[in-house]
Amino acid sequence: MAETHDGATRRDFIHVASATMGVVGGACVAWPFIHQMNPAADTLALASTEFDTAGVAEGMAVTVLWRGKPVFVRHRTAAEIEAAGAVDLDSLPDPQADADRSERPEMLVLVGVCTHLGCVPLGQKATDPRGEWGGWFCPCHGSHYDTSGRIRKGPAPENLEVPPYTYITDTVIRIG
Amino acid sequence: MSGPNFSNPVVRWIEHRLPVFSFMHHELHEYPTPKNLNYWWNFGSLAGMVLVIMLVTGIVLAMHYTPHVDYAFASVERIMRDVNYGWLIRYIHSNGASFFFIVVYIHIFRGLYYGSYKAPRELLWILGVVILLLMMATAFMGYVLPWGQMSFWGATVITNLFSAIPGIGDWIVTLLWGGFAVDNPTLNRFYSLHYLLPFVIVGVVVLHVIALHRFGSNNPLGIDIRGQQDSIPFHPYYTVKDMFGLGVFLIFFSAVVFFLPNAMGHADNYIPADPLVTPAHIVPEWYFLPFYAILRAIPDKLLGVIAMFASIGVLFILPWLDRSPVRSASFRPIFKIFFWVLLADCVLLTYLGAKPPEGIYVVLARFGTAYYFIHFLLLLPALSIFETPRPLPRSISRPVLDPAGSVAAPAAVSKEAP
Amino acid sequence: MRAPALLVAVATAVALVTGPVSPAGAAGSGAEPPAQDWSFSGVFGTYDRAELQRGFQVYAEVCAACHSLDYIAFRNLTDLGFSETEVKAIAAEYEVPAAPDENGEVFPRPATPADRFPAPFENANAARASNNGALPPDLSLIVEARAGGADYINAVLVGYADPPSDTDMADGMSYNSHFPGGQIAMPPPLFEEGVTYADGTAATVVQQARDVTAFLAWASEPNMEERKRMGVMTMIFLVVMTGLLYVSKRRIWSDVH
Repeated sequence: MAETHDGATRRDFIHVASATMGVVGGACVAWPFIHQMNPAADTLALASTEFDTAGVAEGMAVTVLWRGKPVFVRHRTAAEIEAAGAVDLDSLPDPQADADRSERPEMLVLVGVCTHLGCVPLGQKATDPRGEWGGWFCPCHGSHYDTSGRIRKGPAPENLEVPPYTYITDTVIRIG
Repeated sequence: MSGPNFSNPVVRWIEHRLPVFSFMHHELHEYPTPKNLNYWWNFGSLAGMVLVIMLVTGIVLAMHYTPHVDYAFASVERIMRDVNYGWLIRYIHSNGASFFFIVVYIHIFRGLYYGSYKAPRELLWILGVVILLLMMATAFMGYVLPWGQMSFWGATVITNLFSAIPGIGDWIVTLLWGGFAVDNPTLNRFYSLHYLLPFVIVGVVVLHVIALHRFGSNNPLGIDIRGQQDSIPFHPYYTVKDMFGLGVFLIFFSAVVFFLPNAMGHADNYIPADPLVTPAHIVPEWYFLPFYAILRAIPDKLLGVIAMFASIGVLFILPWLDRSPVRSASFRPIFKIFFWVLLADCVLLTYLGAKPPEGIYVVLARFGTAYYFIHFLLLLPALSIFETPRPLPRSISRPVLDPAGSVAAPAAVSKEAP
Repeated sequence: MRAPALLVAVATAVALVTGPVSPAGAAGSGAEPPAQDWSFSGVFGTYDRAELQRGFQVYAEVCAACHSLDYIAFRNLTDLGFSETEVKAIAAEYEVPAAPDENGEVFPRPATPADRFPAPFENANAARASNNGALPPDLSLIVEARAGGADYINAVLVGYADPPSDTDMADGMSYNSHFPGGQIAMPPPLFEEGVTYADGTAATVVQQARDVTAFLAWASEPNMEERKRMGVMTMIFLVVMTGLLYVSKRRIWSDVH
């Protein structure tokens, strides 16, 4: 009987319009409920970490916490730098020149998380196994990283990640 | 009521194995709903939707909340300040509790006015009272979680109610606390139960709806559906009406959430719990005030607790207290007056529950409490005997289809009810 | 029919309940705080950045000597209109304990924007010991945690006076006409020209009280502006949607008689 008033077109338009409003409203409401799972403001505020590299003597390595993950800061010896630079890039699973992997060659900064499945590789302590290339060795599934943190052998697909960092003074780096 | 014939092959494949589509069809299209339901009937489905809002926001809040006396208050403040839209979700949840009670109280008073508790809907009504009790327990334990001053002292006062039980009271209170005062074990168990009980409520709501669909909704005339002309399918008529009602509700709800989010709360709950200092005025949340007034109106500790629980307990036996065969107050001139007096009495008790227990407030609370029980235990049984109801219409369509067009039906049917 | 009557009853109930509850919480004999005209009250109210910055200065130079601000981090100060650089500079003026060094010893380091305001006292007992046995409350929620809100905080800050002759003042207490009971352990905190405002505003006691109250109102609810902005949009949306639903409902129901 409604057709006797305005006909089907106008009637349908109203229903479509109110249904559309409902769907749009529902979508708008969904966003806060999804976004609340993203990092909160206090978590984001801690997203950068400052670290003074002056205390890291040559041949030593220090682990810094950044965004809940370990960051390897390693003061490389001249021999290690030379070994990392001498590699034929074509032989690498994930080719990248050593020079592109650090702001300053002697101070290597890497995210200490194996690119395979997220374990923390060994090699920070002098007593740790460092793998066949003298860098790091992941005990979970046997990935070997060289002195530039590049994957050389094992299941990991990529080199250890270089986090974004800058020198804010001569020795202090800000990671993140 | 022929079974639906689905054309979509996917629907048919699923329907053959899991008959959800014929179930939906049955509930939405075949389920006959009285065509004369007024807007007071919106509050049932509205309560269901508020329950969903509370569940969703509550589950989200639980992702950020820490149930520990040292961190609970700070974790709530972190939700309010740092979690993305955390303030919005918490304000929806805390004010949602208040609106849940507003909606449910209106739903209950609608049932009282139109006699929705009468045969054959007694179990439907009793399940509703069970839901109310579960809601109260859930709301009380939820209010403890922010671990502010009112949380702590509210928990202390309410759990101490059980100490009124002779002999084993103190033992029960210690059991509830898990210690010698409200403390970390209490907070943890309240958190656990606050998460559990809403799902129990969902279960009882399902039973409530099953019981409802056994005989269908009551209606403003309080008479049964007499045929096709009295009913309409739930969908689209009542779905669109419920959606419109939801829109109106959300306008009121949003006005409070966005512009008066703390109006229904208490300032003292923004002070972290301190077991050494009791706030000057312990006031429960507004939806507990009438019961709190009844508790305090009675000078004896045990009797006060009994009276408070009895004020809800009496609702369980209401279908057998009111024996009048006429459901709707529209046709019960004296009952209608007492309904409004009861509503006024509940408002008065709510007001008194927020007042200090001294002077005139105590006197009024005693009168209010007495009247509450007199209404249910004396007036309703008496009215069932002495009241002469007005004539009932022959059917739901009758007063509309009849050219005379009035609720006053022909004299021939006038005496059928009593 | 009864619908409007019941609605009125419900509205009355809500008004009766929400109305008297708050004053009941005001606790005791403090005079009703005079209502102030705040920039942040009302549906469209926003914070006045200049006022907040002056209020922060009063907090930092006066209140912070005794009162903590636990839930505010330096990064939150960007809300007051400070730039990131300014916030870093403000944070660096404070010291917080650093992570234990290699020998396990804890040394102070300059605060960063991610840090929260350090508390003036180690713990509650230290705070009491330095304050004649009274515990200065944390201020990050003080406006929400007091019935009367900003009006009350403002009234207490300007409410100091000589005690009436019949009042027997306890040792070390000050008379304050707006504090419940009239005797407050906090000595008058604000003085004429007690701070020197960077923007040249005359630092009267009334001005300082107003500014710091506004700052504390912000500290209680830093998200207020976003809340109200979202509220206005939500209300407009809901009114349009509900209007459309009403028309839909009318049309669907037009064939029911």
